[in-house]
Amino acid sequence: MSFLEFEKPVQELEAKIAELRKVSSTGDVNVAAEISRMQTKADRLLKQIYTKLSPAQKVLVARHPERPHFQDYIQAIVTDFTPLAGDRRFGEDAALIGGIGRIAGRACVVMGQEKGSDTEMRLRHNFGMARPEGYRKALRLMELADRFQIPVVTLVDTAGAYPGVGAEERGQSEAIAACIETCLNVSVPILSVVIGEGGSGGAIAIATADRVYMLEHSIYSVISPEGCASILWRSGAYAAEAAAALRLTAQDLKKLGVIDDIIEEPLGGAHRASLEAVERVQAQIEKGFAETCPWDPRTIRHSRREKYLKIGRAA
Amino acid sequence: MNWLTNFIRPKIRSFVSDQKEIPDALWQKCPACDGMLFHRELTENLGVCHHCGHHLRISVADRLSILFGESPFQDISVPPAPADPLRFRDKKKYSDRLSEARAKTGRDDAIRVALGRIGDQNAVVAAFDFDFMGGSMGAGVGEGIVKAAETAVRERAALICIPSSGGARMQEGILSLMQMPRSVVAVRMVKEAGLPYLVLLTDPTTGGVSASFAMVGDIHIAEPGATIGFAGKRVIEETIREQLPPNFQTAEYLLAHGMVDMVVPRASQNETIGRILNLLMERQTGKNGTTGRSNGRKSPPRDNGGKVAVGPLARAAGNVARLPALRGKTPLPLPAAANQTAATRRRRSGKD
Ligand SMILES: [Zn+2]
Repeated sequence: MSFLEFEKPVQELEAKIAELRKVSSTGDVNVAAEISRMQTKADRLLKQIYTKLSPAQKVLVARHPERPHFQDYIQAIVTDFTPLAGDRRFGEDAALIGGIGRIAGRACVVMGQEKGSDTEMRLRHNFGMARPEGYRKALRLMELADRFQIPVVTLVDTAGAYPGVGAEERGQSEAIAACIETCLNVSVPILSVVIGEGGSGGAIAIATADRVYMLEHSIYSVISPEGCASILWRSGAYAAEAAAALRLTAQDLKKLGVIDDIIEEPLGGAHRASLEAVERVQAQIEKGFAETCPWDPRTIRHSRREKYLKIGRAA
Repeated sequence: MNWLTNFIRPKIRSFVSDQKEIPDALWQKCPACDGMLFHRELTENLGVCHHCGHHLRISVADRLSILFGESPFQDISVPPAPADPLRFRDKKKYSDRLSEARAKTGRDDAIRVALGRIGDQNAVVAAFDFDFMGGSMGAGVGEGIVKAAETAVRERAALICIPSSGGARMQEGILSLMQMPRSVVAVRMVKEAGLPYLVLLTDPTTGGVSASFAMVGDIHIAEPGATIGFAGKRVIEETIREQLPPNFQTAEYLLAHGMVDMVVPRASQNETIGRILNLLMERQTGKNGTTGRSNGRKSPPRDNGGKVAVGPLARAAGNVARLPALRGKTPLPLPAAANQTAATRRRRSGKD
């Protein structure tokens, strides 16, 4: 477990507990009581810290390297997962993975960005930053879902679309725009969960959905706080200020009416209890299915469009 | 409010503001070739450098008079969006930035919507104002695009969006990001009504604007030399740590990579768009007998290509001469829905 700066007090306690455990291999009753006392204290401390996370701290939690990533979800909640590759135009983009499978027994298309959890994996998945091929594959899979009338589930976790020469050359803008348009065209339910970082256009490309959920400590923003700070404050050093000003937390987005629900994370964040976090996401997806299935193809598309048409309209 | 008051007021306004004589001695350097450009000459040449052909940024008023050419047009008012929903503050308050931009441009937000005729067709133009906070897209701009699309559908008009924007308006946070799907919903309405949706990409078209409504047009026209792309050049350089190719993210680069249909200089935009609309809206205008509204008139002949001697900008400078002529013209065409059979409408509203 790697600790974040603001988790220092907890880290120190945990270290002491670990030490005590080492010396008390004989099962000393007093030491066991002390350990239990300290563990309670650590949990309380963790709870204190995590109920009062600042927006800038949430950014760190949302990007925590040990936070469950797309493939952790696939392994835990998708049965019969059958990955599908390629955009049929140029290539395969491992930054955005997708396929067909079952969640809670229901056949659906599942897709999302994979950031990777070690160096080799991060490179293979380009840190979850998709190129046009990724979005064109997403588009293709959404059309597949539409054709066979099965819902789409997207798990969003990206710093943004990849900024590179090749990506621009092959029409990053067009790929994202067409992906958004496809989200608005398909006549099946789309459920979207921001599981970590919802980075701007790279996120909305697959998060234009009937229901949008966010994990409690995930973030979703039009620009990274660092990028915003360097433009508006003319210095990346103001990222914390920008994080607060942008209102990028799940709680902010719920208040702004942009997302439908917040999925509570285990104590101390999803990275402390991956499986529990993943199961809670599954429960929320099941709830989303229950709300949207079965569906009338025209109605579902119409209501999705109406929802977006209203965002930013004066009351 | 009738069409006349709506229509005349902005004209008078532009007449008053344009009345100031442009002193002969006023000049500036061409940002591309450093050539000396006298303002009068530049205005007559539609804001295009006569040394190198560089297209300088122009005002929205000039943009509209170039695009509508000879035809009158009417401003469509855009309902206001909620102001400063996040109470955003960086070094400055967003509400102060908004007030400054409003004072500077005399506009509520970075978009102007107008209805008129291009070619022989009804056309709604939604033009971005780069002078208003870099043409950034927040809820107010989103509202403008929605209003433009609704007007196009109601008037059976083509929709032409003219972005000139650095992207989403950061100060509106996630609500500005949501304008991406919102603007796409708007242009879907136009497409599904069987009407053409054109995009005239001008300098710059980047970020969330290029990655939404601006890249899903039926036809993409770019202005020469315009910067068009998703990520900023600096961001890309920092990511890849190498030099960018020459011409990177220019209109010509996008043409070479299949992202736009054509690059059209300012002087030919009215004629080109008019021709495209006449072709695409053939059924609309009744050449095949569906509505019988075509008058078979050709587009007015243009003055001598490249250098336009008496271009719209020049006319704008002496707008008083235009007013009587405008009054003599037929008011804007009737909404076509009225004289269209339900059957044609049904045929047109199919999926595309
Ligand atoms: Zn020049």
